[in-house]
Amino acid sequence: MSAEFPPGLILIVGAAFVPLLRTSWRNAYLLLLPLLSLAHLLALPHGAYGQIGIFDYILTPVRVDKLSLVFGIVFHLAVFLSALYALHEDNVQHVAGFVYAGSAIGAVFAGDLITLFVFWEIAAVSSVFLIWARRTESAYRAGLRYLAVQVTSGLLLLAGIILRAAETGDIAFDFLGLNGLAHSLIFVAFGIKCAFPLLHNWLQDAYPEATVGGTVFLSAFTTKLAVYALARGFPGTEMLVWIGATMTAFPIFYAVIENDLRRVLAYSLNNQLGFMVVGIGVGTELALNGTAAHAFTHIIYKALLFMSMGAVLYRTGTINGSDLGGLYKSMPYTTLFCIVGAASISAFPLFGGFISKSLIISATADQSYVLTWWVLLFASAGVFHHSGIKIPFFAFFAHDSGIRCKEAPQNMLFAMGAAAVLCVGLGIWPEPLYRLLPFAVDYAPYTWTHVITQLQLLLFSALAFAVLKRTGIYPPELRAINLDSDWLYRRLPKLVWSWGIMPMVRRVNGYRDAARARVASIGHVIPEIRGASLLALYVVLLLFCLLVVSFWQAERL
Amino acid sequence: MENEKHYWLDNPRNVERIFWSLVGLCVLLTVPDLFYAKHGHFFWEEWPGFYGIYGFISCVGLVLLAKQLRKVLRRDENYYER
Repeated sequence: MSAEFPPGLILIVGAAFVPLLRTSWRNAYLLLLPLLSLAHLLALPHGAYGQIGIFDYILTPVRVDKLSLVFGIVFHLAVFLSALYALHEDNVQHVAGFVYAGSAIGAVFAGDLITLFVFWEIAAVSSVFLIWARRTESAYRAGLRYLAVQVTSGLLLLAGIILRAAETGDIAFDFLGLNGLAHSLIFVAFGIKCAFPLLHNWLQDAYPEATVGGTVFLSAFTTKLAVYALARGFPGTEMLVWIGATMTAFPIFYAVIENDLRRVLAYSLNNQLGFMVVGIGVGTELALNGTAAHAFTHIIYKALLFMSMGAVLYRTGTINGSDLGGLYKSMPYTTLFCIVGAASISAFPLFGGFISKSLIISATADQSYVLTWWVLLFASAGVFHHSGIKIPFFAFFAHDSGIRCKEAPQNMLFAMGAAAVLCVGLGIWPEPLYRLLPFAVDYAPYTWTHVITQLQLLLFSALAFAVLKRTGIYPPELRAINLDSDWLYRRLPKLVWSWGIMPMVRRVNGYRDAARARVASIGHVIPEIRGASLLALYVVLLLFCLLVVSFWQAERL
Repeated sequence: MENEKHYWLDNPRNVERIFWSLVGLCVLLTVPDLFYAKHGHFFWEEWPGFYGIYGFISCVGLVLLAKQLRKVLRRDENYYER
């Protein structure tokens, strides 16, 4: 069939025409293209097709099943919302954003590892332009670091694929499992993109450096593509439970003391990924449903939160918690939408996160991961604390910073409004989402126990914030940065250079200079030989040589 | 900004009101724990007020630990540019 090309190709090819259009036509085009792509996706029947043989391998560019479909649909929603939000941005970002989103979608529907790798790399390279489009020195540098990490992930993936193909001759992208070097390399490649602990910092480093619209694009695709890839290749890998639990807990400590509010969101994005990774690790039907559902709701409310903070940055020129406050007076709608996003990420009943996160937590309890259950509960309280309260509080309330600005532009408000409606809609009416999930859902989120216990957890967390704030114990927002694992590649090499290598080089130079001085000083001791004396010296040397040679010859005779 | 509109939240008494209504809500939410049968996975979930107390302690612990962490990790804003 002619329509059996990879979903996402419409966005990638369509991006090429964006620069040719004038503003109003361009805007219409930008909004229609994702819808066209979504229509194409929904028209595709389930199954694998489009096979092409290359050398000894058969590529499967399109494989549609329930797991890929749920990610494909939410990616389309994300690209539509991001495009609407970023309408005012320049063409570089729209082209980069569409190519990036299109290749992420293409990767989700890749049926073999080579197709996955190709889309994986296009997504990595195109996304960096969303960071560079900020056109500042620090964005340029952060972009380079981001690209280095993304390309490393791609290389590991490629190495893993080559090893696997050599070992088994099979390149299908199905369950891989953590066994052998080839699959371990693929696992680490996914892990880098999924921001596993200590491999995570490219995210917090780069996302807050991107443009206002770029961060919204970025927040949706790369990491959730990695979640999808892990759910496809490594479900039920127990190590993921521990990795995920660590991911839910440790970024929130950073989020509490971070000043850049978009970076706070990047840390909480990392924490939310942890929940999904735990779900993949548990690997039961309920858990994998939870991961898919949480990825779905998460993409929308995270985009909403990044949009609201982007609007603040766009209007005020700063996003530091220490400089903001009282903005609800100037930006009431943005405030409202931000609160909806905050309530969703905190999993308040009737909001998005409530109907998805609980699937994962229930799954851990079902499988008796007791410690993990405690950590996830702690992280649920913590995420409300830093994303649910800190973000809206320091931006829109707190002390009045005196900043008076205009409300966010209309396209931003529409995008935020649409995302907010989706958050509430999914929270109130989760059935359509549940029907999309990879397995049949036998789960009722709205039980008395669940609603009351969740409200207790959240309101007492809010109480803790209020008490700490009133007693002055809560750490103030400070103009400072906090060291994280990026220190290992941003500062450590410099330290090794200036404290290890440079002193050694200096010492070697010192020895060399001393030796030279010594040689030079010898020259002072020997009287200068020149002219006739030099000639005489040569003659003496020549005669000496003749003498030696003749003695040697005489001996032979 | 003398002639600016005066907002409800600008009045410290209203902030005070919000705080005490939050306290009231928390108490109100703990009451049902004594009356209804919970469907938890673990026995400690049945303890009255378990979720509230755990949430409160978690957040206080989180903030106190993060404060200590800041002492170790905090650097000047242009640390990496130097």
